[in-house]
Amino acid sequence: MAKFQAADFLNFDRLLSEEEILVRETVRDWVDARILPVIQEHYENGTFPMHLIPEMGELGLLGANLHGYGAAGLNNVAYGLAMQELERGDSGIRSFASVQGALVMYPILTYGSEKQRKRYLPKLAGGEWIGCYGLTEPDFGSNPGGMRTTAVDDGDSYVLNGTKMWITNGSIADVAVVWAKLDGTVNGFLVEKGTPGFETTLIQHKLSLRASVTSELIFNDCRIPKENRLPEAKGLKYPLSCLTQARYSIAWGAIGSGMACYDEALQYAKSRVQFDRPIAGYQLTQEKLVKMLTEITKMQFMTLQLGRLKDKGLAKYYQVSMAKQNNVYQALEIARTARDILGANGIVGDYQAMRHAANLESVKTYEGTHDIHTLIVGENITGISAFTPERRSS
Amino acid sequence: MKIVVCMKQVPDTETKVRIGPDGKTIDPTDVNYVVNPYDEYAVEEALKIKEEKGDGEVTILTLGPDRAIKAIRTALAMGADKAIHLKTDDKYLDSYAVAAALAHELKDMEYDLILTGKQAVDDDAAQIGARLGALLDIPCATVVTKLTIEDSTFTANREVEGGVEIVEGSLPAVITAQKGLNEPRYASLKGIMMAKRKPLEEKEPQLDEEKLEILKMEYPPERKGGRIVGKGPEAVPELVRLLHEEAKVI
Ligand SMILES: Cc1cc2nc3c(=O)[nH]c(=O)nc-3n(C[C@H](O)[C@H](O)[C@H](O)COP(=O)(O)OP(=O)(O)OC[C@H]3O[C@@H](n4cnc5c(N)ncnc54)[C@H](O)[C@@H]3O)c2cc1C
Repeated sequence: MAKFQAADFLNFDRLLSEEEILVRETVRDWVDARILPVIQEHYENGTFPMHLIPEMGELGLLGANLHGYGAAGLNNVAYGLAMQELERGDSGIRSFASVQGALVMYPILTYGSEKQRKRYLPKLAGGEWIGCYGLTEPDFGSNPGGMRTTAVDDGDSYVLNGTKMWITNGSIADVAVVWAKLDGTVNGFLVEKGTPGFETTLIQHKLSLRASVTSELIFNDCRIPKENRLPEAKGLKYPLSCLTQARYSIAWGAIGSGMACYDEALQYAKSRVQFDRPIAGYQLTQEKLVKMLTEITKMQFMTLQLGRLKDKGLAKYYQVSMAKQNNVYQALEIARTARDILGANGIVGDYQAMRHAANLESVKTYEGTHDIHTLIVGENITGISAFTPERRSS
Repeated sequence: MKIVVCMKQVPDTETKVRIGPDGKTIDPTDVNYVVNPYDEYAVEEALKIKEEKGDGEVTILTLGPDRAIKAIRTALAMGADKAIHLKTDDKYLDSYAVAAALAHELKDMEYDLILTGKQAVDDDAAQIGARLGALLDIPCATVVTKLTIEDSTFTANREVEGGVEIVEGSLPAVITAQKGLNEPRYASLKGIMMAKRKPLEEKEPQLDEEKLEILKMEYPPERKGGRIVGKGPEAVPELVRLLHEEAKVI
């Protein structure tokens, strides 16, 4: 495979600082050297490259935009660029980093006790421990507020019962951030691996995001110490605030998938000859390539602005929704178009486009589906929530 | 232990270099510049020695134009403590002038060890390490694949034709790094954020007159097309003969 050439049609790099560029180059080199040579095999085998987790920790990729307790303390743009590069490798790798950083470390840092921060954050930042985040249930995906998992106060412990579904890292996690209703209100709990009454099963036969562990978490009278509740997170808005963090990383990650596919398609189109000329010389192919590059360029600037706002504390959840929705949608279109340009070669694992396309189907669904983000932005601009239709009076 | 790493910024080996309009220089447009790969081994070795000894200081010494700052920051992000940037305009300097400028600077510095790459991958001159040894009048071991530092001596494995030569010398000394010396680390993201806060001194180099002048640069000759020797098993002896006698690859 030829070395990746990053698209930069509108001098995007001029808006970046020296450090932001250096962070991106470092992660780019690491992905080229460590992820790309092994990812296809892991994808085929349905395994996560576990041996790379300590390296991710050493590099500072886990919770990279958080400050203190061993986290790298990047600004949100440098962090985003790192996520872009990880997803250029594979959505499964970026998913790992997003879950660990935005869904596990972030709530512990923001809503946890000092004791919880000290116990978990350095190990999670260093890649010694793995975390997972259990919000979704078999019957409650887009509507997590309906969750059935409960926590009951019982002396010096809480007792958890219920099932969480589609949980990234579930079977490999040392600690799970689990959302459950305590007296009817959603609360966050930290459940460690091996706690009696806590079991996981691996979800098999996935056709998407194969280089990522996805599991079911089952709680059966699972008793945890009282100090394992996140003290500052009472109510549904707290798990949703974590999702806003993760969605931000996805918005950047999708650019990475798109860039990988565009680069692959461009290089291929210039060298593949049909009817005596490179297919890149045909108007139809050029239109596809131009459309891909135009969308990548638009994504870059929108997401950069979002990052700059986030660094100033001004980014709003509905702005993050627009970026997540748009970028994943466009990246998926780019991946499909790239697959098309590659012809039959596009369906084999020697090329990346189809792997990215298949991955992005999951990315389009998780962390709020494409449609749900439409409803979030729609509610913001109209002032009318469309999540639940008004009941017609007969 | 005070260690100085002489490090150069060079075009990425993936870059397709183009000759500039004057016919004597490389056109810098669209060239991606990186730390010279052999100098990366030198930086890594310096950091390893510092870590093993538990104390010490690693200083990066770079002669080059403004853009070389990117390479310097990379080395600082990997863990070097400080840097000196001898700023030049983007003009070519021959190995004599570069080594002399570095030596002038080194004469005012304290050091127990000087590390550098065995060569820079852009001009492939492979002269700086040896010249520094001569100009500073200290031992120099080149093309080193293993290095051990004692209190005031070093032992180095040198790669020589068909084998390894093991040499010993006193410190201070110049060591030039060969591939295999170590596995350079990635700069950590935290290291990158801290790099900007590390001391970086920018200076005018003391430039002596050069002893070489570039007259002209040329592209390598275009590759000739292939040749078909024959078909089937009968062609094999002739192919073997040509590979042996003409191409000299077997
Ligand atoms: C690979 C993978 C990893 C995941 N990892 C995690 C994890 O780590 N932790 C976690 O908690 N969850 C995780 N999830 C779950 C994910 O967040 C949910 O799948 C997602 O929220 C959608 O829920 P659902 O699958 O139940 O779909 P549903 O909510 O049933 O949605 C089905 C369809 O209906 C549409 N829809 C639903 N409601 C409306 C409405 N009001 N108006 C219009 N359309 C609507 C949706 O847009 C969608 O098209 C993961 C999922 C996948 C695939």
